[in-house]
Amino acid sequence: MAKAAVRAGLVAVGLAWVLVAQVVLAADAKTYVLEGSKAATLESCVEPTDVMRRKHMELIKHQRDETVHGGIRSSKHSLAGCVACHIRSDAEQGPTPIHHKDEFCGACHAFAAVNLNCFDCHASVPKGPDAELASHAAFQAVGGDRSVQARPDGEDH
Amino acid sequence: MKDHHESTDHPVDTGPADSGRRAFMGVAAGVTAAVVAPGVVLHSVTAAPRSEAVTSDVRWGLLIDTAKCVDGCSACVEACDRENGLNLQTKPEGASQGHWDDQKAVWIRKVKLQDNQTGRVTNLPMMCQHCENPPCVDVCPTGASFKRADGIVMVDRHTCIGCRYCMMACPYKARSFIHKVMEEQLTLVPRGKGCVESCNLCVHRRDFGQESTACVDACREAGHEAIVFGDLKDPESNIRKHLAEMSSRQIREDLSLNTGVRYSGI
Repeated sequence: MAKAAVRAGLVAVGLAWVLVAQVVLAADAKTYVLEGSKAATLESCVEPTDVMRRKHMELIKHQRDETVHGGIRSSKHSLAGCVACHIRSDAEQGPTPIHHKDEFCGACHAFAAVNLNCFDCHASVPKGPDAELASHAAFQAVGGDRSVQARPDGEDH
Repeated sequence: MKDHHESTDHPVDTGPADSGRRAFMGVAAGVTAAVVAPGVVLHSVTAAPRSEAVTSDVRWGLLIDTAKCVDGCSACVEACDRENGLNLQTKPEGASQGHWDDQKAVWIRKVKLQDNQTGRVTNLPMMCQHCENPPCVDVCPTGASFKRADGIVMVDRHTCIGCRYCMMACPYKARSFIHKVMEEQLTLVPRGKGCVESCNLCVHRRDFGQESTACVDACREAGHEAIVFGDLKDPESNIRKHLAEMSSRQIREDLSLNTGVRYSGI
């Protein structure tokens, strides 16, 4: 009888611990969206956050073929759109490359121990005379008037 | 809506439904550019991006009038470098200048031809000729080297393994290989180590509905107008009208590649 009580008690303690741990972890979980980026001012990404966390690589991989082979530049899942929205910049130094360890892409990939090499080839800051075009197209595809917000300098209005 | 560098006498065909919105976007973009982004040159944010896949209804090409191509002028080459971020390449430490000149990526080369019999010298820009039957596509083992439906021959860098068969196969020496890690790229022109690349007729401009290429614009601004860009399948296009008037040739016609780039005066 006493043994059963002890066992039940242990199970209860275990369950309680799991519950507490989850709450603590959830509170502790970082949001990698950084202050100073456009993304921080928006309610959600191009897809719900849980979908983005799990599936962004599939989304990007799918649209890259459409863009390179079909020339479709109005996909809302464009890497240029990711960069334009999530880039953080300060007044003096300008935008910080998004794959750096403390930035949006780099921080999460470092945490997840995932090696990303998109930025071996792709610009890690919005750059070039027509960079605006790419991010503008991405925002337009989402269906918002976010074009005005998508600026390489990253300043708030 | 139009790019602000261009004249306004050829309005782009826009649907009546969204023309009001586009007009507003144009104003908004202009104001934004002027007020908020000093130092950032905004080419145009109003060009509509392509939302349907390219089709074979068009075939993009160039016509180069070598009589107008001036000795010593490299406006097209420099414009290409700026447009595609080639000017962001840096010489690796310890490499000699000669080695670097051989190895760095070049999309347009100025070539000087001399007729040994007569001594007549011709200057011309050489770039990817955008063949209808491209040898680079034939030899590519991964399908990375491909021809888009609209005739643009390009490299899908996601699948390029850097084997450089295409460089060997190209009769025009048009392709370059990136040997070193790239630190800087332009948003619209991704490029990096281990991939082959070449002129893609400013494919990003095509996809955003712009009307010319960087080299054509630069040549016009330099006052030569030696290069004409356009749709080879459209009988009403500028390039077809020029082709109908002047004699032109393909380089290495004997290879029957049906190039998209034609030269007159050689």
